[in-house]
Amino acid sequence: MLKTILNRLLQIIPTILVVVSITFVITRMIPGNPAATVLGPQASVEDVEKLTEELGLNDSLWDQYIRYLGNLFKGDFGTSYSYNMPVMNLIFSRLPNTLIIAFTSIVLAVLIGIPIGIVSAVKQYTAFDYISMVLALIGVSMPIFWLGLMLVLLFSVNLGWLPSLGMGSIEIGLWDVISHMVLPVGCLATIPTATFARITRSSMLEVINAEYIKSLRAGGLKERSVIYRHALKNALPPIVTVLGMQLASSFTGAILTETIFSWPGMGTLIVGAIENRDYMLIQGTVLFTALAFVFINLIVDIVYMMINPKVNYSGKGGA
Amino acid sequence: MTETLLQVNNLKTYLHLAGGVVKAVDGVSFNIEKGKTMGVVGESGSGKSMTASSIIRLLPPNTGKIESGNIIFDGRDVLSFTKKELLNFRGKDIAVIFQDPMSSLDPVFKVGDQMSEMICAHQNVSAEEARKIAVDSLRKVGIPNPENRMNSYPYELSGGMCQRVIIAMAICKNPKLVIADEPTTALDVTVQSQVLKLLKKMQKDLNTAILLITHNLGVVWEMCDTVMVMYAGKTIEYASAGELYSEPMHPYTWGLLDSMPKLSDYMKTKLTTIPGSPPDLRLTGKCCNFYNRCPYVQLICTKEVPQLMEIQKGHFVACHRQTFAERLERGGSNQ
Repeated sequence: MLKTILNRLLQIIPTILVVVSITFVITRMIPGNPAATVLGPQASVEDVEKLTEELGLNDSLWDQYIRYLGNLFKGDFGTSYSYNMPVMNLIFSRLPNTLIIAFTSIVLAVLIGIPIGIVSAVKQYTAFDYISMVLALIGVSMPIFWLGLMLVLLFSVNLGWLPSLGMGSIEIGLWDVISHMVLPVGCLATIPTATFARITRSSMLEVINAEYIKSLRAGGLKERSVIYRHALKNALPPIVTVLGMQLASSFTGAILTETIFSWPGMGTLIVGAIENRDYMLIQGTVLFTALAFVFINLIVDIVYMMINPKVNYSGKGGA
Repeated sequence: MTETLLQVNNLKTYLHLAGGVVKAVDGVSFNIEKGKTMGVVGESGSGKSMTASSIIRLLPPNTGKIESGNIIFDGRDVLSFTKKELLNFRGKDIAVIFQDPMSSLDPVFKVGDQMSEMICAHQNVSAEEARKIAVDSLRKVGIPNPENRMNSYPYELSGGMCQRVIIAMAICKNPKLVIADEPTTALDVTVQSQVLKLLKKMQKDLNTAILLITHNLGVVWEMCDTVMVMYAGKTIEYASAGELYSEPMHPYTWGLLDSMPKLSDYMKTKLTTIPGSPPDLRLTGKCCNFYNRCPYVQLICTKEVPQLMEIQKGHFVACHRQTFAERLERGGSNQ
C-alpha cells in the first residue's frame, strides 16, 4: 500500500508540469496587455511601455516560462500585477473564506443527502422515495444563479431575515457571521445534497439486492447492521468519488455563488484575475486548484483501498 | 419414534408484481422430522426457493406476501413471530446455505469478522470467544490453516472454500434445521461431493434436519429421507425417497425420472425430455397445472385442481388419475 501511494505521488509531478505549461500558454493567449490594464485607460504609452518592461513581459515567451518554472521550484508563485502582492499570500488570504462556506455546505450535504439516499433505497417505491427523488432531481437541475437570486429575494428582500451580501464580522458577534453564511451555504449545498441523495440511492439499491445481503438477513442480523454496516460499506465507492470531486472543486470556490453574495473567496479572486489579465494570479490559482485536485484524488484512492480490499492499484492481486 | 421439526401446511406465497399476481408458492405441504433430510425437486420456477424463503420469512420486500397456510417450527407458529423472535429464529434455529457461495459472503469484510459478527449477534460470548468458535468450525469443515483464513477476504477463496465457510457459519449456530438451496449447483463436480459429505457429517454431529433444494435427482437419492416434488408452485408428490424412486405416482415425476440420463443410455443419441413448458404462474389455479404436458390427461384434469391425497401411508400425490379408485400404470412418458 505504501508503495502504491509513493508511486501515485511520483505520478503527480508530470501531471502538474502539464497543467503549469498549458495554463502558461493559455494565459498568454488572452488578448490585452496586463500593464495597460493595471495602469488604466488614462495611462500614457510610455508608462505602459515602462511597466511592461518592468514586469518582464517583453522577454521571449520561452524566457518567461523558464523563469516562472524556476521560481515555482523555489516555491515562489510570483507576484500579482494588480494587487502588487505575492500570489501565495493572496490565495491564503482568500482560501479560508471559501473553505468555510464550502466545507460547511459539503458537511451539510453529506449529513442530509446520504441518509435520504439510504432511506429512499430501503423504502424504494414509497411516498418518501418518490418525493425525495423528485426534490433531488429539482436540486441537481436548478441553475445556481437563479436559486441564489431567489433566496436573496425571499429571505433578504421580502422577509428581511438575512443579509443579502458580504461576510459577517466576528467582532459584531457570532450571529452576524452565521447569518451571513446561511444563504451562500444553502445555495452551495443544494446541488451536492441532491447529488449525494441520488448517488447513494442508486448505489445502495444495487447492493441491497445482492445475494450476500440476503444471506446476512437470513443469518438473523439486525436490519440496522445489515444496512448501515454491510450494505453501506459496499455502496461507498461511488459516494466517495463524488465526495472527493466536490471537495476538490470547493477549493476553487464557487464562482457564481461568491459573485451573487459578494463573498470574498477564491471564486471572486479568480474572476478578478482574469478580468485584469493578471497572469501570475491566474497561473497561481489554477496551479493551486490542480494541486488540490490531485491530492484529494490520491486521498480518495487510498480510501478506496481501505473500503474495498480488492482494489489494488499496483496491479498485483485482485480477482 | 421420530419427532416433527417443521410442518408446512398448504402454504401460499404470492408475488404482487406490476404484471399481475404470480402464485409462486400455491399450496405446499410437507413435514420434516428432526435429524432427517427432505429433498425438494422441481424445475426452475416451480417455487422451491420461494418455499425456502417463506419458511425464514425473507421474501422480496414490497412484492412477496404469504397469503395463507401455516408454518409450525418446533411447536411454534413462524408466521406469528415478532420481529425479535424472527431474528432469533433466523440466527439460532435455522441456517440457510445459498446457491452461489462466492456471492453469499460480504466482499468487503474478512471471513473471520463476518463469522464472529454472526456468532456475537446471537450467542452471549465475547468477541475473542466468538473468534475461537469460528476457528474451530472452520477446522471442522476441513479448511487448512483456519487461523490464517480468518483474515482472508472472500475473493481470496475458491467457490468450494466459500461454501465450506458458509457451512462453518451454519455449524457455529448449532441449528435445528439447515436449508440448503442448491448448495452444489455453482460448484464443480469434484467439489460437489465434498460439500455434500460435509453436510451429511454436520447432520450426524449436530442431529440437524436438512431441507435440500436441488435440480439433481442423483443427489436426492444419495442424501434424502423424504422427497417433495414441486410443479408450478404446488406439491404434486411427497414420499420417502425409496418409495418415490421405486414407485413414483405422478406423471410429472415419471417424466422427471425418465429425463435423468443413465449410464445404460449410452446408446441413445438424445436425452428424454418432458415436452412443453410450465404454465404462466399468474394464470394457474383453475385446473391441473400439468394437464397440457401430461400424456394421461382427461377432461377432469382441465376443469378441477387435483388435491394432495395420501394414497399410501406416507405417500402423497396430487393427480386426478391417481386416486383410491383408480391407478395409472407407469409407461413411457412419451405416449
